[in-house]
Amino acid sequence: MLKAILSQIISLYRICLHLFAKADTVQYPEEMPYLAPRYRGRIVLTRDPDGNERCVACNLCAVACPVDCIALQKAEDEHGRWYPEFFRINFSRCIMCGMCEEACPTYSIQLTPDFEMCEYDRQNMVYEKEHLLISGQGKYPGYSFYNVAGKAIKDKDKGEALNEAQPIDIKSLLP
Amino acid sequence: MEELTIFLVIYGTLLGAFGAAAVLVWFERRLLGFWQDRLGPNRVGPFGIGLALADVIKLLAKEDWVPPFSDRLVFIFAPTAVVITMLLGFAVVPYTEHLFIADLNIGLLFFLGMTSLAVYSVLLGGLGSHNKYALLGGLRSAAQMVSYEVFMGLSLMGVVMISGSFSLVDIVKTQAEHGWFVISQFLGFIVFLMAGIAESHRLPFDLPEAEHELVAGFHTEYSGMKFGLFMLGEYLSLILISSMITTIFFGGWLGPSFLPDLVLDFVPPIFWFFAKTGTCICFFILLRAAIPRPRYDQLMSFGWKLLLPLTLVNLLITGAVLLWL
Repeated sequence: MLKAILSQIISLYRICLHLFAKADTVQYPEEMPYLAPRYRGRIVLTRDPDGNERCVACNLCAVACPVDCIALQKAEDEHGRWYPEFFRINFSRCIMCGMCEEACPTYSIQLTPDFEMCEYDRQNMVYEKEHLLISGQGKYPGYSFYNVAGKAIKDKDKGEALNEAQPIDIKSLLP
Repeated sequence: MEELTIFLVIYGTLLGAFGAAAVLVWFERRLLGFWQDRLGPNRVGPFGIGLALADVIKLLAKEDWVPPFSDRLVFIFAPTAVVITMLLGFAVVPYTEHLFIADLNIGLLFFLGMTSLAVYSVLLGGLGSHNKYALLGGLRSAAQMVSYEVFMGLSLMGVVMISGSFSLVDIVKTQAEHGWFVISQFLGFIVFLMAGIAESHRLPFDLPEAEHELVAGFHTEYSGMKFGLFMLGEYLSLILISSMITTIFFGGWLGPSFLPDLVLDFVPPIFWFFAKTGTCICFFILLRAAIPRPRYDQLMSFGWKLLLPLTLVNLLITGAVLLWL
């Protein structure tokens, strides 16, 4: 009983000391909170070092998305390279989970440390490809999918890129 | 001249109590914020003090709705009762030796009577709402307040024995010679503090409200200014209990005797009264910040098994000391 009363008094004292502790509050609009570079906020589509869009319209992000907020349509250019005809993210559904970013094989889709996406009209939360595409490379500068993927595209055959080995001739017996 | 003074004191008390209750809404939240490592409401006006005004405007502008299933007369009467009784309780509070509304020779009993009447407000509010949560809240408050009433009265009897008077002015005057009663009547003080919290149903003894189990307890069905009156009553009772603790146990308008006479002559007595009352209110808010709510049966057994024997022991010791020493 005495111990219980003492513990109440100690807790009163300890709470009282918090009067002199610094508040954890961040006064948001005046004082911006620090967001880590890997913070999961607004989604962007990035470009490779040559300025071409990285997205190859593989649909993996749309499949990975748990709330089905990503919609895209594959198209093919004259050299057989895939690209999205349209790419649409409905941010009023998006839960910023980052699974699309994890699923993306080309580092195209990336989440950025920006969460200020308030709109009065719900329809304005639907971002089209021109809203999503940024001119930079995002978190992975210097990465180009076709320089490492071993796929033949325009002006580059298999194995001609920087980090690629020549394809193995499976019909040859030489090592 | 005499009448004018009384008139001024009455209206000063009325406005002061209402104003203080409104400011307390903000002050409590701000202080709780500090104690919880937050900032609390700080947006409206300097330091956020405009929140008090904004709250009043919000409550006044809300729809004054009476649920069709409620007992209309009781429902409307309930919130007024607590405010009326608490304001009447202020009538006997002596701010200084000469500044009070009435120095009744039964001042203490009048105060106890008024706080007891306040239970009707909670009880009728719970009963008239025709809502099971409200009824449970009213039921709890009836049991809680009636049982804590007992120790509240008994805990003060030691003070009355020593000072030989029920008049609050006389009690403070006794403390000038005798020293503050918080020292000689420490047990009485502790019990009165507990009972005071239970009477004003503040946390941690706010079981009639108990929002984690009873929605909002007795005022579940209330909204707008009727809810505002319950709020006002709660804060008024907080101020009243604090000023009573100040008057009875901390020497009312008397300055601390360890200070040099120069300071005591310089500082007006009313400052001491308000400073002590303010400290007491801060302590009540600290209790809210620090101590979790007990279970209902714990509350009752705590009262009857611990506080009642404590008061009786206090009473016996005080009586024995007065008789034989």
